[in-house]
Amino acid sequence: MYIFIVMNIRVLFIVFVLFLNCKNENKPQEITSTKEKEYVLEDKPIVEEYDFNAFEKFLNIKDDKVYVVNFWATWCAPCIKELPYFEAIHENYKNKNVVVLLVSLDFPKQYQKKLIPFMQKHKLKSKVVALNDPDSNSWIPKVSEEWSGAIPATLIYNKEKRAFYEQSFNYEELKTEVNRFIN
Amino acid sequence: MKKAIKIVSALAIVLLISAFTVSKVSVHSGYKIGDIATDFSLKNIDGKMVSLADYTDAKGFIVIFTCNTCPYAVAYEDRIEALNKKYADKGYPVIAIMPNNTDVQPGDRLEAMQARAKAKGFTFPYLKDEGQKIYPQYGATKTPHVYVLQKTKKGNQVKYIGAIDDNYQDEASVSKKYVENAVDALLLGKEVEEKETRAIGCTIKV
Repeated sequence: MYIFIVMNIRVLFIVFVLFLNCKNENKPQEITSTKEKEYVLEDKPIVEEYDFNAFEKFLNIKDDKVYVVNFWATWCAPCIKELPYFEAIHENYKNKNVVVLLVSLDFPKQYQKKLIPFMQKHKLKSKVVALNDPDSNSWIPKVSEEWSGAIPATLIYNKEKRAFYEQSFNYEELKTEVNRFIN
Repeated sequence: MKKAIKIVSALAIVLLISAFTVSKVSVHSGYKIGDIATDFSLKNIDGKMVSLADYTDAKGFIVIFTCNTCPYAVAYEDRIEALNKKYADKGYPVIAIMPNNTDVQPGDRLEAMQARAKAKGFTFPYLKDEGQKIYPQYGATKTPHVYVLQKTKKGNQVKYIGAIDDNYQDEASVSKKYVENAVDALLLGKEVEEKETRAIGCTIKV
């Protein structure tokens, strides 16, 4: 079981700073340090990357919470359209023990270019993880036997029951489904 | 008047059928392995209409629902072209069908399909599912979504449904070429071993 932490931006930045230092030794030290400060203040989101084996635990948490697991990608227009509804569930159902998990299926090479900038731009509050496991035929049925593989797709579960939806939601529909899991 | 009666009775039949099927919890309708697939007459990017029946010498078909705009479909473009190069002469040509509603997905309009086909040098027909009548009959849910058909006396029988292979990201890391294995088996007169697979794909835009 392994987890990659995607922090290439920081690495890139350091490389960039080193590069600058090498290229131009006269560069005042303060500038780079100010930049580093800015970087820290910016608070760039970090995405955890999982293969399915490592990811599977998120589908089987047996506590008193309701888990809303949404499979999406930045390139998937219907996914982006419904994302605010999942964010609203995260916000409005916090006190009702509901946890939203946004599972990005973006290609790994897009994490830095698309996924992280998207998360920043839209200030996503729900937890985002990246699922990177190309052999999807092996794991799609483990998410749900009903899933053909099209996204968006959503799994809602608690320790007692689960429901899978290969469809898009509006807020009312999503609320109705989440409410089924809240007693 | 006759036409009106026809329409009304057709509607009544549709209502009757749906009354019986709505209660069934079936997420994926469409073809199962062994079903006979419908033929169609769809417009190709060259403006000509294409039907499976036009291919009198074919032994079967690799029907692929795909499009310009889905990153998964794009990742498979070269592999789809390679399938056609490898199997068209052996009797299993690729027939690509673009199922998306182009009002929702303008990047899949016929002109865009033409441009993409030209840029990539597609040698297979790239048809537009005008009116989106064909993909629901097949039961395609996403792009890319493959149906391997074998010509039989009864019609074009569905022999394989699913993904092209087991690695969309990296062709070099593919370990199972599902479609090739299926067509190779059919060419040898054997049973397809892995008949159905799944892969992540882009929802067909309605």
